[in-house]
Amino acid sequence: MNDVPMVQAERVSKRFGHVEVLKGLDLEVARREVLCVIGPSGSGKSTFLRCVNHLEQIDSGRLWVDGELVGYRQKGDRIYELKESEIAAQRRDIGMVFQRFNLFPHMTATQNVMEAPCRVKGLSRRESERQAREQLERVGLAHKADNYPVQLSGGQQQRVAIARALAMEPKLMLFDEPTSALDPELVGEVLDVMKQLALDGMTMIVVTHEMGFAREVGDTLVFMDDGAVVESGPPTEVIAHPQHERTQSFLSKVL
Amino acid sequence: MTVQPRTALPQPEEIKAVPVRHPGRWVATGCVAVALAMFVNMLLTNPAFQWEFMVNNMFTPPVLTGVRTSLLLTVLAMVIGVGLGVVFAVMRLSPSPIVAGAAWAYTWFFRAVPRIVLAILFGNLGILYATFSVGFPFDQQLLGLLGFPDADARIFGVDARTIGAGFIAGLLALALSEAAYMAEIVRAGITSIDPGQTEAAQALGMSRLLTLRRIVLPQAMRVIVPPTGNETIAMLKDTALVAFVPVTNELFFQLQAIGNRTFQVFPMLVAACIWYLAMTSVLMVVQHFVERRFSRGVAGAGGAG
Repeated sequence: MNDVPMVQAERVSKRFGHVEVLKGLDLEVARREVLCVIGPSGSGKSTFLRCVNHLEQIDSGRLWVDGELVGYRQKGDRIYELKESEIAAQRRDIGMVFQRFNLFPHMTATQNVMEAPCRVKGLSRRESERQAREQLERVGLAHKADNYPVQLSGGQQQRVAIARALAMEPKLMLFDEPTSALDPELVGEVLDVMKQLALDGMTMIVVTHEMGFAREVGDTLVFMDDGAVVESGPPTEVIAHPQHERTQSFLSKVL
Repeated sequence: MTVQPRTALPQPEEIKAVPVRHPGRWVATGCVAVALAMFVNMLLTNPAFQWEFMVNNMFTPPVLTGVRTSLLLTVLAMVIGVGLGVVFAVMRLSPSPIVAGAAWAYTWFFRAVPRIVLAILFGNLGILYATFSVGFPFDQQLLGLLGFPDADARIFGVDARTIGAGFIAGLLALALSEAAYMAEIVRAGITSIDPGQTEAAQALGMSRLLTLRRIVLPQAMRVIVPPTGNETIAMLKDTALVAFVPVTNELFFQLQAIGNRTFQVFPMLVAACIWYLAMTSVLMVVQHFVERRFSRGVAGAGGAG
């Protein structure tokens, strides 16, 4: 295996109009690493996650995934924007799970999961359906394979969403507050699936408020505030002995 | 709080209350019933209806041809209208201001001009051009600049009278005007879809076109289909307007022609009502089933149970 980091961000900045959401963010995620990102709302953690698969375009700095610039190509000193099809190809290898699930409501669970492998990767219907059922079994939902999203609980929907992302066999998974929209008693089933995924060696960036998950599953915990990384380190360290005053004040509110 | 000992409660008996009276409802029912009876009585006793004459004349071969023409016009105009409508709707959402502006201008023009005016206008397009030809834009001007004053680069052409002659002119008038309305309907459908759907599709590596075709449009259909059904019904009625192009083998023109020829105008107008009623009723049934098909996956809809 090569030792290029899976994700590398160098002084990444992003503005929405006049509001600077990311202010020179530096970050590195190694292969097979689980990075948990915490921070107050508006700190730019979701925006950063969306930059990693180019749902948002960065304004300055450099952002690499697996050694490739995200959304751009560099030739000498010049930077070229990637074509839409090239961006789509980059996204194919990056799975993303959203806070509000974003399942396709007009498709059954199986159809949700098989859509991209079938239409994007070009697998046959039979093969993609077989794989979809496998992925649903992996997240414990084999018995809900033919249900529409409205017929599933929030936790089940989010597990289908994870299966849908996994079906593309990504090298990196992004989780954008995956349990924040769930009823408390449904959080555990989603975290369990994510934990198993981490044990299987998936590289993950998880924006979360679940400190227990961060402590137990995360390799690194990053505290972001005001568009930059304030503090990072092993989760137990950061949680038990936060160095920075802003980290201390945030942790005292959520713990 | 006190707790009632359960054993002390006898089985409660069913409530036998005196129901509220609704005198107003009874009066309204009576009035409507009387009005209905008067209407039916008029239909049966007024000699001007000429029911027998009407029945004998509303199924003659020219009328049936007219029915076929009207249905064909409806189907073709709606197919072209929906197809172009999707194109214009997507153009309206384009980042290019020229593309979006052109789509806006198209919608503006065709929604502003009444269909009856369009029908007559398209019937007279022959005044504008003697032939319609397909070729390279500005060919005569460019070749003239290069020193070929009379040359052109046309690939094929059609005599304007072929297009202006009735059916095609009428079809174009209806279809192009329909496209403007459909563009608005489709656009409303597309913008009603949660942007999270597009993001999820993009995150999976789906292209913009694939996202539109597989994710956004199928969901937008739920918003698009009901008004499209109404548009189809309206279109069926508006096919009567192509009589002004003029298209002569169309239903209303044929019924009116019989009426004028036999001096029995009124029965034939009633026949027209009956024909259009019958055809739109069929369309309404079709619309019901199509709507049910496209509400799959929506809470409370039949498709998802």
